Amino acid sequence: MGAYLKKRGWMIGFILLAVVFPFLSQNDYFLHVLTLAFIWMIAVYGLNLLAGYTGYLSLAHAGFFAIGAYALGLLTVKAGLNYWIALVLACVITSAIGFVVGLVALRTREHFFAIYTLCVGYIIYLVIDKWDSLTGGVRGLIGIPAPTAIGPISFETPLSQYYLILFFLLATILIMYRIIHSLTGRTFIAIRNSEDLAQTIGISTMKNKLLVFVLSTFFAGLAGALYASFIRFIGPDIGYITIIFDFLTYLLVGGLGTLAGPIVGTFLIVSVSQSLQFLQDYRMLIFGPLLTILIIFYPRGIAGAYLDFRMKRQARKKKSVPSKQTSYVQQSQEDEEKRVKEG
Amino acid sequence: MDILTQQLFNGLTIGSVYSLVALGLTLVYGILHIPNFAHGALYMLGAYITLTLMLLWGIHYWIAMAVSVLVVGLLGVLMDRLVFHPLRNAPPIHDKIAAIGMLLFLEAFAQLIWGADYRTMTTPYGQVINLFGTTATMQRVLINIGAIAVMILLYLFLKKTYIGATIIAMAQNREGAHLVGINTNKVAMLTFMISGGLAAIAASLSAPINLVFPGMGHLVILKAFVIIILGGMGSIPGAILGGYILGFTESLGATYISNDYKDLIAFLLLVIILSIRPKGLFSREGF
Amino acid sequence: MFIETRQLTKKFGGLVAVNEVDFTIEKGKINAIIGPNGAGKSTFFNLVSGSYTPSSGQVFYKGKDITKLPPNKIATLGVARTFQTTNLFEQSTVLDNVIVGHRLRTRSNLLDAVLRTKRYKLEEKKCRDKAMEVLDFVELTHVRGELAVNISQEEKKRVAFALALATDPEVVFLDEPTAGINPGETEGLAALMEKMVKRGITVCLIEHKMKMIMKLADKIMVLNYGEKIAEGTSEEIMNNQAVIEAYLGGDASA
Ligand SMILES: Nc1ncnc2c1ncn2[C@@H]1O[C@H](COP(=O)(O)OP(=O)(O)O)[C@@H](O)[C@H]1O
Ligand SMILES: [Mg+2]
Repeated sequence: MGAYLKKRGWMIGFILLAVVFPFLSQNDYFLHVLTLAFIWMIAVYGLNLLAGYTGYLSLAHAGFFAIGAYALGLLTVKAGLNYWIALVLACVITSAIGFVVGLVALRTREHFFAIYTLCVGYIIYLVIDKWDSLTGGVRGLIGIPAPTAIGPISFETPLSQYYLILFFLLATILIMYRIIHSLTGRTFIAIRNSEDLAQTIGISTMKNKLLVFVLSTFFAGLAGALYASFIRFIGPDIGYITIIFDFLTYLLVGGLGTLAGPIVGTFLIVSVSQSLQFLQDYRMLIFGPLLTILIIFYPRGIAGAYLDFRMKRQARKKKSVPSKQTSYVQQSQEDEEKRVKEG
Repeated sequence: MDILTQQLFNGLTIGSVYSLVALGLTLVYGILHIPNFAHGALYMLGAYITLTLMLLWGIHYWIAMAVSVLVVGLLGVLMDRLVFHPLRNAPPIHDKIAAIGMLLFLEAFAQLIWGADYRTMTTPYGQVINLFGTTATMQRVLINIGAIAVMILLYLFLKKTYIGATIIAMAQNREGAHLVGINTNKVAMLTFMISGGLAAIAASLSAPINLVFPGMGHLVILKAFVIIILGGMGSIPGAILGGYILGFTESLGATYISNDYKDLIAFLLLVIILSIRPKGLFSREGF
Repeated sequence: MFIETRQLTKKFGGLVAVNEVDFTIEKGKINAIIGPNGAGKSTFFNLVSGSYTPSSGQVFYKGKDITKLPPNKIATLGVARTFQTTNLFEQSTVLDNVIVGHRLRTRSNLLDAVLRTKRYKLEEKKCRDKAMEVLDFVELTHVRGELAVNISQEEKKRVAFALALATDPEVVFLDEPTAGINPGETEGLAALMEKMVKRGITVCLIEHKMKMIMKLADKIMVLNYGEKIAEGTSEEIMNNQAVIEAYLGGDASA
């Protein structure tokens, strides 16, 4: 049990903090910001599964976020569906579109995949922006209802929305945890490591990649739908490429391909952005270079750096095997040194 | 006035700009296999630098453009040294993210310095002239002439000079080039210099007929990616041809299909191409 | 006939990397493919394991035509391979690297993982046990908890072997397993290959180290410019005039 606690200490700490936070601070504004951060985290977890664990950088996920949001908005506002049915349908619709896109996109690799998904994301944005009669175009969609009450529990207050979205976030984390630490997760990681190798140990890469892609669009859609009912208003901007860049920043800072990454990165960037209010539109002056520097020196972000640190300490404790750094810069420098020595 | 001729001329003009941007992108891709997502930011900076030089110090359009080419080219070199070079052995996902980081930074930087407003650039070439029965501003004619002149110069440089030959050699076989003693680092820097310069020329030429704002590079760079996939990643003739094809398609599509959805044409085209041929139209890379 | 290729050919544009090669791999033996760099040895492996589709010709495995099968299907049939460059997941432990090797013999899916079903638990254990077993077989039990970055080159090769063995193969294709490894360690790996054969696993390897291959292999094929120029036992190969001229350059002990 002690080891269990130690290993998952951060997780339990986070849950406890998130649960008691509303009692510590009566500030509605903070509650609002935090709820929003939870929504981003869900989407970032989806992206992490695909980009972090499977190695496919999708730049279409802002688009899928927007599809989830608009699906929920349209189903409740225009079709008058019950909120919960609409929420489920929104996730299903997003995943279905994700399936179709993935079917084609995943035939491409690396640069082509990134460019392809970037274009898909842009198409989604343009369609939302221009399809006035359905989406309301640039004017957006207003009057999206809050989640309807389940029995005695209603979701009208910011506090209840906070807990509702926290619930979805925790469910997301649990699912991610179980996927990552299972044979299915190992399969994804094997694909990221080397698709050729994965295939020769009998893994159907296309089937698995499609599974990840659909899953990750599911979470993007879920986040989008929750966003729509939390903010109650949506515009085409939520599908624009700047949103995917935000997701990427959260993920990279926190740690690509780590379980804690989405929480750490999103929380850190959102809170730093809050305290740097005066920067507003200029926050990318800091976050842009941060993204670049991190990917060069700490490709696995804060969580990854921490894991490396812990691993190294353990290695040193066990015996004095020097553990190697993970930065590719250092690796290539070592290569170069080797080459110089040999040559 | 004949609408078709007018639209064809428009297509030619747009195509010229696209070709120049795509050329820079394809050169870098051909040599280093980096899809430089930050290329659109270089394009945007090219326009701002020219504009600022003209407004602030009243420097003549052409001289301002020359300075802009130099500055943006050096910025490209800086990008290579500081970011892409250290990442050359990293997994493929990393250089894309690094490029996106730079894109975000440069855009925020532009917004900080110049503000988020849309600006116009006025050049001495606003007069309307008559050309084969259609009317056009002198600036539009200059875009076409300028672009074609730059392409010819680039061609001569690559084919007739020793340095140009090393660039082509390296595009065809990086390891081989290294073995025969070509300084691949220098060639990479030179390529980034040219690439940035081309973006600055394209932006400075086209800014007077468009608007200048921090996000002006988004659509252009996305379309440039479409073009180089259309024309074959790394292919120079492909980038030029692809640029003009997209220019014509858009300008005709805007007139005869829908102006609202004209930007969609490029992306649909790309989605269709990659759906059928996942490695691009011409998967063989090189010149 | 265990594995047989008929007129197997692969062209890359104008280059014929493998040219009408007929070869049979014998069950329960150590088969070797030798030849100068660029002779088409790795390409031949890629064709048999399904990583490349042949331009023409066929591959048969236990009488079944597997020419058009994707690599993952071929792996499931019992054909495993290693690559010339070992690509392990460096940030994982040795054990974690190998566990996924048995994935193809399991059926638990995403839902099993999320719901932690009985099948999931059984199969997790099955894969872990398999990994421990093959790590024991390649004599790496003591480093199973190390990160893959931190182990030696020779140990990495052994992990690659273990990963291939974890798929429960009937035949393993090893692409230059001893490249970049010192002579002492090479002998260890050779012993390991013999151990595999004793276990009933057929071995087919590409090798450069002549002395070792002549001692080790039961059957050798020599490729040159994509063509099979000789085939037979070590003695036959060493005394083959075409081989001496084309490859060994007159010095059979090279
Ligand atoms: N994917 C490929 N595309 C083009 N040419 C290839 C490819 N793979 C191998 N070749 C070429 O085929 C020839 C044989 O290569 P390979 O099988 O790797 O040789 P070996 O393993 O015997 O050293 C070489 O000339 C190589 O350049
Ligand atoms: Mg080889």
